[in-house]
Amino acid sequence: MANFSTNEFKGGLKVMLDGDPCSILENEYVKPGKGQAFNRVKLRNLRTGRVWERTFKSGESLEGADVMDHDMEYLYTDGEFWHFMMTDGSFEQHGADEKAVADSLKWLKEQEVYVVTLYNGAPLSIAPPNFVELEVVETDPGVKGDTAQGGTKPATLSTGAIVNVPLFVNIGEVLRIDTRKGEYVSRAKG
Amino acid sequence: MWQPNCSQSTLKARAGCYSQIRAFFDSRGIIEVETPILSHAGATDPHLASMTVHSTSCMGAQYLQTSPEFAMKRLLASGSGAIYQLCKTFRADELGQRHNPEFTMLEWYRPSYDLAALMQEISELVSHVCDLPKAKIVTYKHVFQKHFSINPFSSTDEVLWALVQRSCSFSGEKLDRDACLDLLLAEHIEPKLGLEAPCFLTDYPASQASLAKLKKNEEGDWVAARAELYIQGIEIANAYDELTDAIEQRKRFELDNVQRLRMGLPHVNIDEHLIQALSHGMPNCVGVALGVDRLLMIKLGTDDIQDVLSFSHERA
Repeated sequence: MANFSTNEFKGGLKVMLDGDPCSILENEYVKPGKGQAFNRVKLRNLRTGRVWERTFKSGESLEGADVMDHDMEYLYTDGEFWHFMMTDGSFEQHGADEKAVADSLKWLKEQEVYVVTLYNGAPLSIAPPNFVELEVVETDPGVKGDTAQGGTKPATLSTGAIVNVPLFVNIGEVLRIDTRKGEYVSRAKG
Repeated sequence: MWQPNCSQSTLKARAGCYSQIRAFFDSRGIIEVETPILSHAGATDPHLASMTVHSTSCMGAQYLQTSPEFAMKRLLASGSGAIYQLCKTFRADELGQRHNPEFTMLEWYRPSYDLAALMQEISELVSHVCDLPKAKIVTYKHVFQKHFSINPFSSTDEVLWALVQRSCSFSGEKLDRDACLDLLLAEHIEPKLGLEAPCFLTDYPASQASLAKLKKNEEGDWVAARAELYIQGIEIANAYDELTDAIEQRKRFELDNVQRLRMGLPHVNIDEHLIQALSHGMPNCVGVALGVDRLLMIKLGTDDIQDVLSFSHERA
Protein backbone atom coordinates (compact mmCIF):
# COMPACT_ATOMS: atom_id res chain seq x y z
CA MET A 1 0.00 0.00 0.00
CA ALA A 2 1.00 3.59 -0.55
CA ASN A 3 2.09 5.84 2.31
CA PHE A 4 0.09 8.90 3.19
CA SER A 5 1.63 12.05 4.62
CA THR A 6 -0.11 14.02 7.40
CA ASN A 7 -1.13 16.70 4.94
CA GLU A 8 -3.02 14.05 2.93
CA PHE A 9 -4.95 12.88 6.01
CA LYS A 10 -8.63 13.41 5.34
CA GLY A 11 -11.77 12.05 6.93
CA GLY A 12 -12.34 8.49 5.72
CA LEU A 13 -8.72 7.74 4.74
CA LYS A 14 -7.70 4.27 5.97
CA VAL A 15 -4.24 3.94 7.47
CA MET A 16 -2.27 1.48 9.59
CA LEU A 17 -1.42 2.53 13.15
CA ASP A 18 0.13 0.25 15.79
CA GLY A 19 -0.65 -2.74 13.57
CA ASP A 20 -4.37 -2.00 13.29
CA PRO A 21 -6.31 -0.56 10.37
CA CYS A 22 -7.79 2.83 11.29
CA SER A 23 -10.07 5.33 9.64
CA ILE A 24 -9.19 9.01 9.95
CA LEU A 25 -11.96 11.07 11.53
CA GLU A 26 -10.36 14.48 12.01
CA ASN A 27 -7.03 16.08 11.27
CA GLU A 28 -6.00 19.38 12.83
CA TYR A 29 -2.83 21.24 11.86
CA VAL A 30 -1.11 22.93 14.81
CA LYS A 31 1.97 25.09 14.76
CA PRO A 32 3.24 27.09 17.73
CA GLY A 33 4.12 30.31 15.94
CA LYS A 34 7.57 29.46 14.71
CA GLY A 35 8.94 25.96 15.08
CA GLN A 36 7.88 22.39 14.52
CA ALA A 37 4.38 21.85 13.11
CA PHE A 38 2.22 18.96 14.25
CA ASN A 39 -1.01 17.28 13.21
CA ARG A 40 -3.48 16.31 15.89
CA VAL A 41 -5.41 13.39 14.44
CA LYS A 42 -8.51 11.50 15.55
CA LEU A 43 -8.76 7.97 14.19
CA ARG A 44 -11.18 5.12 14.64
CA ASN A 45 -9.54 1.76 15.14
CA LEU A 46 -11.54 -0.37 12.72
CA ARG A 47 -10.76 -3.57 14.59
CA THR A 48 -11.95 -2.40 18.01
CA GLY A 49 -14.15 0.56 17.07
CA ARG A 50 -12.29 2.66 19.63
CA VAL A 51 -11.38 6.27 18.83
CA TRP A 52 -7.72 7.22 19.21
CA GLU A 53 -6.23 10.69 19.43
CA ARG A 54 -2.65 10.92 18.25
CA THR A 55 -0.27 13.74 17.46
CA PHE A 56 2.22 13.41 14.61
CA LYS A 57 5.03 15.60 13.38
CA SER A 58 3.75 17.26 10.22
CA GLY A 59 5.12 15.51 7.17
CA GLU A 60 5.31 12.09 8.86
CA SER A 61 3.50 9.40 6.97
CA LEU A 62 1.50 6.26 7.71
CA GLU A 63 1.05 3.23 5.55
CA GLY A 64 -2.33 3.02 3.87
CA ALA A 65 -4.57 0.17 5.06
CA ASP A 66 -6.06 -2.22 2.54
CA VAL A 67 -9.59 -1.68 3.76
CA MET A 68 -12.64 -1.69 1.49
CA ASP A 69 -16.35 -1.58 2.19
CA HIS A 70 -18.56 -3.89 0.11
CA ASP A 71 -22.28 -4.60 -0.05
CA MET A 72 -22.83 -8.31 0.63
CA GLU A 73 -25.83 -10.53 1.16
CA TYR A 74 -25.91 -12.69 4.28
CA LEU A 75 -26.23 -16.37 3.36
CA TYR A 76 -25.89 -18.69 6.38
CA THR A 77 -23.72 -19.65 9.34
CA ASP A 78 -21.90 -22.92 9.91
CA GLY A 79 -21.53 -22.10 13.60
CA GLU A 80 -17.97 -20.87 13.22
CA PHE A 81 -18.27 -18.48 10.31
CA TRP A 82 -21.04 -16.30 8.97
CA HIS A 83 -21.03 -16.39 5.18
CA PHE A 84 -21.68 -13.40 2.93
CA MET A 85 -21.83 -13.02 -0.84
CA MET A 86 -20.86 -10.02 -2.94
CA THR A 87 -23.83 -8.32 -4.61
CA ASP A 88 -21.78 -7.12 -7.58
CA GLY A 89 -22.59 -10.23 -9.61
CA SER A 90 -19.26 -11.93 -8.86
CA PHE A 91 -20.91 -14.34 -6.35
CA GLU A 92 -17.66 -14.11 -4.39
CA GLN A 93 -18.16 -15.38 -0.85
CA HIS A 94 -16.49 -14.37 2.42
CA GLY A 95 -16.72 -16.00 5.87
CA ALA A 96 -16.74 -13.60 8.81
CA ASP A 97 -15.69 -14.84 12.25
CA GLU A 98 -17.40 -14.01 15.53
CA LYS A 99 -15.12 -11.01 16.14
CA ALA A 100 -16.01 -9.48 12.80
CA VAL A 101 -19.74 -10.11 13.19
CA ALA A 102 -19.71 -8.87 16.80
CA ASP A 103 -22.84 -6.90 17.73
CA SER A 104 -24.31 -7.21 14.25
CA LEU A 105 -25.08 -10.86 15.02
CA LYS A 106 -28.48 -9.98 16.41
CA TRP A 107 -29.49 -8.25 13.16
CA LEU A 108 -28.35 -10.94 10.72
CA LYS A 109 -31.12 -12.10 8.44
CA GLU A 110 -30.73 -14.26 5.37
CA GLN A 111 -30.89 -12.44 2.01
CA GLU A 112 -30.50 -9.04 3.71
CA VAL A 113 -27.65 -6.85 2.42
CA TYR A 114 -24.90 -5.73 4.86
CA VAL A 115 -21.80 -3.57 4.53
CA VAL A 116 -18.84 -5.89 4.99
CA THR A 117 -15.49 -4.19 5.59
CA LEU A 118 -12.68 -6.27 4.11
CA TYR A 119 -9.18 -5.86 5.51
CA ASN A 120 -6.48 -7.52 3.43
CA GLY A 121 -9.31 -9.40 1.74
CA ALA A 122 -10.91 -10.81 4.92
CA PRO A 123 -14.00 -9.51 6.74
CA LEU A 124 -13.01 -7.12 9.53
CA SER A 125 -16.44 -5.86 10.50
CA ILE A 126 -20.08 -6.06 9.50
CA ALA A 127 -22.49 -3.12 9.54
CA PRO A 128 -26.22 -3.80 9.34
CA PRO A 129 -28.55 -1.56 7.35
CA ASN A 130 -30.18 1.16 9.48
CA PHE A 131 -33.49 -0.69 9.37
CA VAL A 132 -34.23 -4.41 9.23
CA GLU A 133 -37.56 -6.24 9.23
CA LEU A 134 -37.70 -9.20 11.63
CA GLU A 135 -40.36 -11.61 12.82
CA VAL A 136 -41.47 -11.83 16.46
CA VAL A 137 -40.92 -15.36 17.78
CA GLU A 138 -41.77 -14.81 21.41
CA THR A 139 -43.72 -12.21 23.39
CA ASP A 140 -46.67 -11.95 25.75
CA PRO A 141 -50.01 -12.13 23.96
CA GLY A 142 -51.15 -8.89 22.33
CA VAL A 143 -53.61 -6.66 24.19
CA LYS A 144 -56.62 -6.06 22.01
CA GLY A 145 -57.80 -2.52 21.46
CA ASP A 146 -54.49 -1.10 22.61
CA THR A 147 -53.00 0.74 19.62
CA ALA A 148 -50.19 3.24 19.69
CA GLN A 149 -50.65 4.42 23.27
CA GLY A 150 -49.61 2.72 26.44
CA GLY A 151 -46.67 0.73 27.68
CA THR A 152 -44.26 -1.71 26.11
CA LYS A 153 -43.18 -5.30 26.60
CA PRO A 154 -40.11 -7.25 25.53
CA ALA A 155 -40.27 -9.31 22.34
CA THR A 156 -37.74 -11.83 21.05
CA LEU A 157 -37.12 -11.61 17.30
CA SER A 158 -36.13 -14.34 14.86
CA THR A 159 -32.45 -13.38 15.16
CA GLY A 160 -32.51 -13.65 18.97
CA ALA A 161 -32.55 -9.88 19.48
CA ILE A 162 -34.82 -8.66 22.25
CA VAL A 163 -36.51 -5.28 21.74
CA ASN A 164 -39.26 -3.39 23.51
CA VAL A 165 -42.45 -3.34 21.48
CA PRO A 166 -45.97 -1.91 21.98
CA LEU A 167 -48.44 -4.10 23.87
CA PHE A 168 -50.54 -4.89 20.76
CA VAL A 169 -47.77 -6.81 18.99
CA ASN A 170 -48.28 -10.57 18.53
CA ILE A 171 -46.04 -13.54 17.79
CA GLY A 172 -45.58 -14.01 14.05
CA GLU A 173 -45.78 -10.33 13.20
CA VAL A 174 -42.94 -8.75 11.21
CA LEU A 175 -41.54 -5.54 12.71
CA ARG A 176 -39.35 -2.77 11.36
CA ILE A 177 -36.41 -2.21 13.72
CA ASP A 178 -33.87 0.64 13.87
CA THR A 179 -30.56 -1.24 14.29
CA ARG A 180 -28.63 1.86 15.43
CA LYS A 181 -30.70 2.15 18.62
CA GLY A 182 -32.14 -1.36 18.72
CA GLU A 183 -35.62 0.16 18.76
CA TYR A 184 -39.02 -0.80 17.39
CA VAL A 185 -40.16 1.54 14.59
CA SER A 186 -43.41 0.10 13.23
CA ARG A 187 -45.12 -2.98 11.90
CA ALA A 188 -43.65 -3.95 8.55
CA LYS A 189 -45.84 -2.97 5.64
CA GLY A 190 -47.24 -5.53 3.24
CA MET B 1 -17.47 25.93 -5.37
CA TRP B 2 -17.40 29.16 -7.38
CA GLN B 3 -18.96 31.12 -4.55
CA PRO B 4 -16.86 32.91 -1.93
CA ASN B 5 -16.22 31.30 1.46
CA CYS B 6 -17.14 34.41 3.40
CA SER B 7 -20.26 36.53 3.55
CA GLN B 8 -20.70 40.02 2.08
CA SER B 9 -20.53 41.50 5.57
CA THR B 10 -17.15 39.80 6.12
CA LEU B 11 -15.82 41.31 2.89
CA LYS B 12 -16.81 44.70 4.29
CA ALA B 13 -15.32 43.90 7.68
CA ARG B 14 -11.99 43.10 6.01
CA ALA B 15 -12.05 46.35 4.05
CA GLY B 16 -12.90 48.20 7.26
CA CYS B 17 -10.05 46.48 9.06
CA TYR B 18 -7.56 47.57 6.37
CA SER B 19 -8.80 51.17 6.66
CA GLN B 20 -8.37 51.08 10.43
CA ILE B 21 -4.86 49.66 10.11
CA ARG B 22 -3.82 52.28 7.56
CA ALA B 23 -5.33 55.10 9.63
CA PHE B 24 -3.50 53.80 12.72
CA PHE B 25 -0.09 53.93 11.03
CA ASP B 26 -0.84 57.11 9.13
CA SER B 27 -1.59 58.92 12.38
CA ARG B 28 1.79 57.79 13.71
CA GLY B 29 3.74 58.89 10.67
CA ILE B 30 4.76 55.35 9.68
CA ILE B 31 4.90 54.96 5.91
CA GLU B 32 3.37 52.13 3.96
CA VAL B 33 5.79 50.32 1.66
CA GLU B 34 5.56 47.62 -0.97
CA THR B 35 8.30 45.07 -1.60
CA PRO B 36 8.56 42.15 -4.04
CA ILE B 37 6.55 39.03 -3.36
CA LEU B 38 8.89 36.99 -5.58
CA SER B 39 12.53 36.79 -4.57
CA HIS B 40 15.72 35.02 -5.58
CA ALA B 41 16.32 34.11 -1.93
CA GLY B 42 14.01 32.42 0.54
CA ALA B 43 13.54 31.74 4.22
CA THR B 44 16.07 29.21 5.52
CA ASP B 45 14.07 28.39 8.68
CA PRO B 46 13.69 24.58 8.51
CA HIS B 47 10.12 24.87 9.75
CA LEU B 48 9.09 27.20 6.95
CA ALA B 49 8.41 25.69 3.54
CA SER B 50 8.66 28.25 0.74
CA MET B 51 6.74 27.83 -2.46
CA THR B 52 8.88 28.14 -5.52
CA VAL B 53 7.78 29.55 -8.82
CA HIS B 54 9.21 28.16 -12.04
CA SER B 55 8.90 30.34 -15.09
CA THR B 56 9.10 29.09 -18.63
CA SER B 57 11.83 31.59 -19.51
CA CYS B 58 15.45 31.41 -18.39
CA MET B 59 14.80 33.30 -15.16
CA GLY B 60 15.15 30.21 -13.01
CA ALA B 61 13.14 29.34 -9.90
CA GLN B 62 12.14 32.06 -7.49
CA TYR B 63 10.65 31.95 -4.02
CA LEU B 64 7.29 33.33 -2.99
CA GLN B 65 7.90 35.24 0.23
CA THR B 66 7.05 33.63 3.57
CA SER B 67 7.18 37.17 5.00
CA PRO B 68 8.34 40.56 3.68
CA GLU B 69 10.98 40.72 6.42
CA PHE B 70 14.19 40.60 4.40
CA ALA B 71 13.15 43.24 1.87
CA MET B 72 11.80 45.53 4.59
CA LYS B 73 15.07 45.25 6.51
CA ARG B 74 16.93 46.33 3.38
CA LEU B 75 14.71 49.42 3.30
CA LEU B 76 15.51 50.07 6.97
CA ALA B 77 19.24 49.77 6.26
CA SER B 78 18.83 52.27 3.44
CA GLY B 79 17.37 54.81 5.87
CA SER B 80 13.62 54.42 5.44
CA GLY B 81 12.73 55.00 9.07
CA ALA B 82 9.58 53.40 10.47
CA ILE B 83 7.69 51.42 7.82
CA TYR B 84 4.76 49.04 7.54
CA GLN B 85 3.40 46.72 4.90
CA LEU B 86 0.12 44.86 4.32
CA CYS B 87 0.82 42.02 1.92
CA LYS B 88 0.23 38.46 0.85
CA THR B 89 2.64 35.78 2.08
CA PHE B 90 2.89 32.10 1.23
CA ARG B 91 3.79 29.01 3.21
CA ALA B 92 3.59 25.59 1.63
CA ASP B 93 1.82 22.80 3.53
CA GLU B 94 0.31 25.12 6.14
CA LEU B 95 -3.34 24.25 5.88
CA GLY B 96 -5.87 23.91 8.66
CA GLN B 97 -8.43 25.69 10.76
CA ARG B 98 -6.03 28.56 11.43
CA HIS B 99 -3.79 28.24 8.41
CA ASN B 100 -4.17 28.94 4.72
CA PRO B 101 -1.10 28.55 2.48
CA GLU B 102 -1.66 32.09 1.15
CA PHE B 103 -2.46 34.64 3.82
CA THR B 104 -2.38 38.34 4.62
CA MET B 105 0.34 39.70 6.82
CA LEU B 106 0.84 43.07 8.45
CA GLU B 107 4.46 43.72 9.20
CA TRP B 108 6.00 46.84 10.68
CA TYR B 109 9.37 48.05 11.95
CA ARG B 110 10.22 50.69 14.52
CA PRO B 111 13.81 51.96 14.60
CA SER B 112 14.89 53.09 18.08
CA TYR B 113 11.93 51.45 19.83
CA ASP B 114 12.54 48.62 22.27
CA LEU B 115 10.45 45.45 22.50
CA ALA B 116 8.40 46.81 25.43
CA ALA B 117 7.42 49.91 23.42
CA LEU B 118 6.55 47.76 20.41
CA MET B 119 4.39 45.43 22.50
CA GLN B 120 2.56 48.52 23.73
CA GLU B 121 1.98 49.64 20.13
CA ILE B 122 0.83 46.17 19.00
CA SER B 123 -1.61 46.10 21.91
CA GLU B 124 -2.93 49.51 20.86
CA LEU B 125 -3.39 48.41 17.24
CA VAL B 126 -5.20 45.25 18.27
CA SER B 127 -7.46 47.21 20.65
CA HIS B 128 -8.06 49.72 17.86
CA VAL B 129 -9.25 47.02 15.44
CA CYS B 130 -10.90 44.53 17.79
CA ASP B 131 -11.93 46.47 20.86
CA LEU B 132 -9.94 44.34 23.29
CA PRO B 133 -8.39 45.15 26.68
CA LYS B 134 -4.70 45.96 27.08
CA ALA B 135 -2.38 42.99 26.56
CA LYS B 136 -0.66 41.19 29.42
CA ILE B 137 2.89 39.88 29.31
CA VAL B 138 4.09 36.46 30.53
CA THR B 139 7.44 34.80 30.03
CA TYR B 140 8.04 31.45 28.37
CA LYS B 141 9.76 30.21 31.50
CA HIS B 142 6.85 31.25 33.71
CA VAL B 143 4.17 29.43 31.67
CA PHE B 144 6.20 26.21 31.60
CA GLN B 145 6.76 26.43 35.34
CA LYS B 146 3.06 27.08 35.89
CA HIS B 147 1.69 24.34 33.61
CA PHE B 148 4.32 21.63 33.98
CA SER B 149 6.37 22.63 37.04
CA ILE B 150 9.54 22.47 34.98
CA ASN B 151 12.14 24.99 33.95
CA PRO B 152 12.19 24.90 30.13
CA PHE B 153 15.77 26.19 30.02
CA SER B 154 17.44 23.89 32.53
CA SER B 155 15.40 20.68 32.13
CA THR B 156 17.31 17.96 30.32
CA ASP B 157 16.22 16.66 26.90
CA GLU B 158 15.21 13.40 28.61
CA VAL B 159 12.90 15.17 31.07
CA LEU B 160 11.21 17.07 28.23
CA TRP B 161 10.80 13.94 26.10
CA ALA B 162 9.35 12.03 29.07
CA LEU B 163 6.90 14.88 29.64
CA VAL B 164 5.83 14.74 25.97
CA GLN B 165 5.30 10.98 26.19
CA ARG B 166 3.28 11.37 29.37
CA SER B 167 1.09 14.25 28.29
CA CYS B 168 0.84 14.54 24.51
CA SER B 169 -0.37 11.23 22.94
CA PHE B 170 2.50 11.70 20.51
CA SER B 171 3.17 9.04 17.91
CA GLY B 172 6.61 8.98 16.31
CA GLU B 173 10.32 8.86 16.92
CA LYS B 174 11.99 10.78 19.74
CA LEU B 175 11.67 14.54 19.28
CA ASP B 176 14.57 16.91 19.74
CA ARG B 177 14.57 19.45 22.52
CA ASP B 178 12.94 22.32 20.65
CA ALA B 179 10.29 20.08 19.06
CA CYS B 180 9.39 18.79 22.57
CA LEU B 181 8.99 22.37 23.79
CA ASP B 182 6.98 23.26 20.66
CA LEU B 183 4.60 20.36 21.18
CA LEU B 184 4.12 21.01 24.91
CA LEU B 185 3.45 24.66 24.12
CA ALA B 186 1.05 23.93 21.25
CA GLU B 187 -0.94 21.21 23.01
CA HIS B 188 -1.16 22.48 26.55
CA ILE B 189 -0.22 26.13 26.88
CA GLU B 190 -1.33 27.98 23.73
CA PRO B 191 -5.04 27.12 24.09
CA LYS B 192 -5.01 28.89 27.47
CA LEU B 193 -3.18 32.04 26.42
CA GLY B 194 -5.01 35.32 25.94
CA LEU B 195 -8.44 34.10 27.02
CA GLU B 196 -9.41 37.17 29.05
CA ALA B 197 -7.09 39.75 27.57
CA PRO B 198 -4.52 39.51 24.76
CA CYS B 199 -1.30 38.05 26.07
CA PHE B 200 2.33 38.34 24.98
CA LEU B 201 4.57 35.34 25.51
CA THR B 202 8.16 36.59 25.77
CA ASP B 203 11.76 35.52 26.35
CA TYR B 204 11.84 32.36 24.24
CA PRO B 205 14.66 29.83 24.50
CA ALA B 206 17.80 31.11 22.80
CA SER B 207 17.59 28.18 20.36
CA GLN B 208 14.30 29.60 19.06
CA ALA B 209 15.57 33.11 18.40
CA SER B 210 15.20 32.96 14.60
CA LEU B 211 15.93 36.59 13.60
CA ALA B 212 15.80 38.03 17.12
CA LYS B 213 18.64 39.27 19.31
CA LEU B 214 19.66 37.27 22.35
CA LYS B 215 19.64 38.81 25.81
CA LYS B 216 20.08 37.73 29.42
CA ASN B 217 16.94 37.64 31.53
CA GLU B 218 16.88 38.59 35.23
CA GLU B 219 17.80 35.06 36.29
CA GLY B 220 20.78 35.03 33.98
CA ASP B 221 19.38 32.70 31.28
CA TRP B 222 20.15 33.54 27.66
CA VAL B 223 16.81 34.12 25.97
CA ALA B 224 15.55 35.31 22.60
CA ALA B 225 14.26 38.89 22.58
CA ARG B 226 11.07 37.73 20.97
CA ALA B 227 7.38 38.13 21.82
CA GLU B 228 4.38 36.27 20.44
CA LEU B 229 0.91 37.72 20.87
CA TYR B 230 -1.97 35.36 21.66
CA ILE B 231 -5.65 36.18 21.68
CA GLN B 232 -8.18 33.53 22.73
CA GLY B 233 -5.59 30.81 22.31
CA ILE B 234 -4.73 31.89 18.77
CA GLU B 235 -1.25 33.09 17.84
CA ILE B 236 -1.67 36.51 16.23
CA ALA B 237 1.73 38.17 15.97
CA ASN B 238 5.45 37.54 16.38
CA ALA B 239 7.78 40.38 17.36
CA TYR B 240 11.56 40.57 17.53
CA ASP B 241 14.20 42.86 18.79
CA GLU B 242 15.81 42.49 15.40
CA LEU B 243 19.22 40.97 14.93
CA THR B 244 21.47 43.57 13.27
CA ASP B 245 24.75 41.62 13.26
CA ALA B 246 25.52 40.44 9.72
CA ILE B 247 28.02 37.78 10.83
CA GLU B 248 25.65 36.30 13.40
CA GLN B 249 22.80 36.43 10.86
CA ARG B 250 24.84 34.54 8.26
CA LYS B 251 25.80 31.97 10.87
CA ARG B 252 22.14 31.37 11.75
CA PHE B 253 21.15 31.03 8.08
CA GLU B 254 23.96 28.54 7.51
CA LEU B 255 22.97 26.55 10.61
CA ASP B 256 19.40 26.47 9.26
CA ASN B 257 20.68 24.94 6.03
CA VAL B 258 22.74 22.37 7.97
CA GLN B 259 19.59 21.40 9.86
CA ARG B 260 17.66 21.31 6.58
CA LEU B 261 20.20 18.89 5.16
CA ARG B 262 19.88 16.70 8.27
CA MET B 263 16.10 16.74 7.98
CA GLY B 264 16.21 15.87 4.28
CA LEU B 265 14.79 19.26 3.29
CA PRO B 266 15.91 21.28 0.26
CA HIS B 267 18.70 23.83 0.63
CA VAL B 268 17.48 27.42 0.48
CA ASN B 269 19.58 30.20 -1.00
CA ILE B 270 20.70 32.66 1.67
CA ASP B 271 19.54 36.22 1.04
CA GLU B 272 22.91 37.85 0.35
CA HIS B 273 21.21 41.21 -0.16
CA LEU B 274 20.02 41.09 3.44
CA ILE B 275 23.49 40.14 4.71
CA GLN B 276 24.97 43.05 2.72
CA ALA B 277 22.35 45.41 4.11
CA LEU B 278 23.16 44.31 7.67
CA SER B 279 26.89 44.71 6.97
CA HIS B 280 26.19 48.20 5.69
CA GLY B 281 24.38 48.83 8.95
CA MET B 282 20.75 48.46 9.88
CA PRO B 283 19.58 50.71 12.73
CA ASN B 284 18.66 49.00 15.98
CA CYS B 285 14.98 48.29 15.60
CA VAL B 286 12.09 46.10 16.60
CA GLY B 287 9.64 44.56 14.19
CA VAL B 288 6.50 42.48 14.17
CA ALA B 289 4.54 40.30 11.77
CA LEU B 290 0.82 40.04 12.44
CA GLY B 291 -1.64 37.63 10.83
CA VAL B 292 -4.46 39.82 9.55
CA ASP B 293 -6.79 36.93 8.72
CA ARG B 294 -6.54 35.70 12.29
CA LEU B 295 -7.15 39.18 13.65
CA LEU B 296 -10.33 39.21 11.55
CA MET B 297 -11.25 35.81 12.98
CA ILE B 298 -11.04 37.34 16.46
CA LYS B 299 -12.98 40.43 15.41
CA LEU B 300 -15.75 38.37 13.84
CA GLY B 301 -15.75 35.62 16.46
CA THR B 302 -15.05 32.65 14.21
CA ASP B 303 -12.60 29.81 14.78
CA ASP B 304 -12.11 28.88 11.14
CA ILE B 305 -9.87 30.94 8.85
CA GLN B 306 -12.00 29.94 5.85
CA ASP B 307 -14.80 32.10 7.23
CA VAL B 308 -12.78 35.28 6.70
CA LEU B 309 -11.30 34.51 3.27
CA SER B 310 -12.98 35.44 0.01
CA PHE B 311 -11.74 32.16 -1.44
CA SER B 312 -9.88 29.61 0.65
CA HIS B 313 -7.08 27.43 -0.70
CA GLU B 314 -9.60 24.80 -1.81
CA ARG B 315 -11.56 27.30 -3.90
CA ALA B 316 -8.62 29.41 -5.11
